Amino acid sequence: MNCRGVVRELSNYLDGGLDSELRQSLEIHLEHCEDCHLLVDTTKKTVQIFCNSDPLPLSDDVRSRLHDALLKRLGRPKD
Amino acid sequence: MNAKAKPQTTDANLANAGAVPADNEAALVAAAKAGEISAFETLVSRYERKIYRLAQHITQNNEDAEDVSQEAFLKAFEHLGDFQGNSRFYTWLVRIAVNQALMKLRKRRNKDVSLDQEIETEENFIPREVEDWGPSPEERYTQEEMARILSEVIGELDPSFRLVFQLRDIDELSTEETAEALGISVPAVKSRLLRARLKLRDKLNRYFVRGMVK
Repeated sequence: MNCRGVVRELSNYLDGGLDSELRQSLEIHLEHCEDCHLLVDTTKKTVQIFCNSDPLPLSDDVRSRLHDALLKRLGRPKD
Repeated sequence: MNAKAKPQTTDANLANAGAVPADNEAALVAAAKAGEISAFETLVSRYERKIYRLAQHITQNNEDAEDVSQEAFLKAFEHLGDFQGNSRFYTWLVRIAVNQALMKLRKRRNKDVSLDQEIETEENFIPREVEDWGPSPEERYTQEEMARILSEVIGELDPSFRLVFQLRDIDELSTEETAEALGISVPAVKSRLLRARLKLRDKLNRYFVRGMVK
């Protein structure tokens, strides 16, 4: 596999969707190509960072407006 | 990579308001279907932050995100009878929120926002810079700083790429679920996901290259 092949298969590789022969071919390339090794590593980290990021809490105002609107429409007065 | 356990957000007051244990989602959904509003409120509290972030990422506007969140939860409650339990409740909720957000986006832009148009995916796209980030680049920033950085870089993506990345990698829908939610093909999801990941990697490079001073 060459560098373009690594880019083409990168998502499938990160998602565990490559068959063993293709995965082995890609990993052999990574052992010898520092740029591709870093590309795979930093792309993997990119996905992990987004995937692991917890959404910030809603502000009290936003949360209050959301629940007030729902309770109003769903027919129950606010406690 | 996407398998992970996150603490679920619940509002203790709301969770305690109903008779259904807050950690039993199927029972909460069944109770909400039966008209128990406190059970539905518990579901809202569990997912409000993620739905708001999803709406914010799609619309790129806080006011719209608030409207979309309200409309999505209301629509979900009104159509709970249609939820058959064949998918996760959250996946079903995300599809409703995506539809509401896209409607808002189309109205705001006063033009059609098409997700099924041919997107130039540049098969030969090669990332510009490849440098080492070190083991845990995100630890150089506070949670608030990271949230701002991630929101900023994802906001720079074309909506077609942003949506696929949002659903697939942030909301953890499967490729098939993402395709169904957006009304595009599985190959289109895969193609756009690869491009989105590579573009985001390029954009994060400016924050994460090892040795870089904040």
